[in-house]
Amino acid sequence: MSRTRQVADQVDPKTGQIVRYAPATRINHWIVAISFVLLALSGLALFYPPLFWLANLFGGGDVMRAVHPWIGLVMAVAFFAFAAKVGRDNRLQRADREWLRRIGDVVRDQEENLPEVGRNNAGQKLVYLVALVSMLVLLVSGLVIWRAYFSDYFPVDATRVAALAHAAFAFVLILTIVVHVYAGIWVKGSLRAMTRGTVSPGWAWKHHRAWFRDVTKHSTGK
Amino acid sequence: MALQSLDIVRRSATTIAPPQARGAPAGEVAKLIDVSKCIGCKACQVACMEWNDLRDEIGSCLGTYTNPADLSDQSWTLMRFTEHETPQGDLEWLIRKDGCMHCADPGCLKACPSPGAIVQYANGIVDFHEENCIGCGYCITGCPFNVPRISKKDHKAYKCTLCSDRVSVGLEPACVKACPTGAIVFGSKTDMQRHAAGRVEDLKSRGFDQAGLYDPSGVGGTHVMYVLHHADQPELYADLPKDPQISALVKVWKGVSKPLALLGIAAAALAGFLHYIGMGPSLTTEEDEEAARRELEKPS
Repeated sequence: MSRTRQVADQVDPKTGQIVRYAPATRINHWIVAISFVLLALSGLALFYPPLFWLANLFGGGDVMRAVHPWIGLVMAVAFFAFAAKVGRDNRLQRADREWLRRIGDVVRDQEENLPEVGRNNAGQKLVYLVALVSMLVLLVSGLVIWRAYFSDYFPVDATRVAALAHAAFAFVLILTIVVHVYAGIWVKGSLRAMTRGTVSPGWAWKHHRAWFRDVTKHSTGK
Repeated sequence: MALQSLDIVRRSATTIAPPQARGAPAGEVAKLIDVSKCIGCKACQVACMEWNDLRDEIGSCLGTYTNPADLSDQSWTLMRFTEHETPQGDLEWLIRKDGCMHCADPGCLKACPSPGAIVQYANGIVDFHEENCIGCGYCITGCPFNVPRISKKDHKAYKCTLCSDRVSVGLEPACVKACPTGAIVFGSKTDMQRHAAGRVEDLKSRGFDQAGLYDPSGVGGTHVMYVLHHADQPELYADLPKDPQISALVKVWKGVSKPLALLGIAAAALAGFLHYIGMGPSLTTEEDEEAARRELEKPS
């Protein structure tokens, strides 16, 4: 049984499903996702004393303290590679403003009232933007408070600013990912785009009609 | 660093009450360092090394008598030498014994994320329990006096214990025991304040108008205090801060932000849960698939 390689933004001729994410993108996404979960758990343990028991998941507080920044580096590299790949799909446009104005219709699942959406909707683009900014701040501030290697090169006030910024942007990123994950759970048929790579034509037609037309225009007639 | 202590008033990263059946009926303790009496002999540094079994690496001379160059995990106290020229053109040799100040409101303890790595005893001593230390260095970020140091060997934070092991059995700290001029004295905090008042009066009578006691209120007072001949300019003494406080950044980071952030995250998750329960999932229906099929088959 031979398998054809999945190419994003095309109809899979065998199954009639639409390929949304190529295998490399999916793997990249899950490296970011798994690192994020590990970082959030260890970060919350370091941030909020009643959650310090989460350190046990990592083999104790000192092990957790040692691995957290290294996982952070893995996430940063994977995320920025991912962001470079999907950046052009996430530029905010005029139509996105209308979509955001009708956010009430979005949460009420009344998509017929919304402007047609391209590959990504305004919410997804905002998740991208917030994640991009947060990751940048987390990376820089994280290096400053990395005591084993870097903190001694900075004045103590810099480590104070960095510690607070690291916590603040981690909070923003965690909130954003809660929304991101919930959207994936709520909108049925979405999760498959990140596990198998494909979505059904009906899903694309309903949620990303402009993208659906774009994809099928190139794929029909084959 | 006695772990069985029953006189702990504050414990890092802990919300429940620590064991505190034993109090400090004799009051809080304090070490008073009279800078005007110090001759810079470093007997205190040697006594600290000996009692605590510490051996710092032999460094190199940096052009001053300050040696080693800085506090470290092996040097918990250090004489800092400053050559100060007064407006009258006199040279003064200001020698300050640096080390943990044992704040009443300790920034290190506030910043520490590891339960029980830093404690404050009823007698006022702030002590590190290294077996609970995870080596994150937040204590350094929290300290207004730049005192804790992380060991490169075991990644634990170290600083002066005020010889809590000696004090708990009724002895004075090793540096106090060794001081040949009586520049370092130890006792109850009120006794030390009284003693300092006498010293300040004496200094004033001998021309040091600005002599005074350094017991900064910004950190609730300290359990290591200085008698300074220039109490109006503590910065002269190797940058002793004039008005030390726990940084506002650390207060926000370790204060309101903690419950607010957790509430925010929990609220977001709860909102999602309620939305799902109330709305049900957003489904792609057979009609959507049908509409998609129609468009696909439509000749373009």
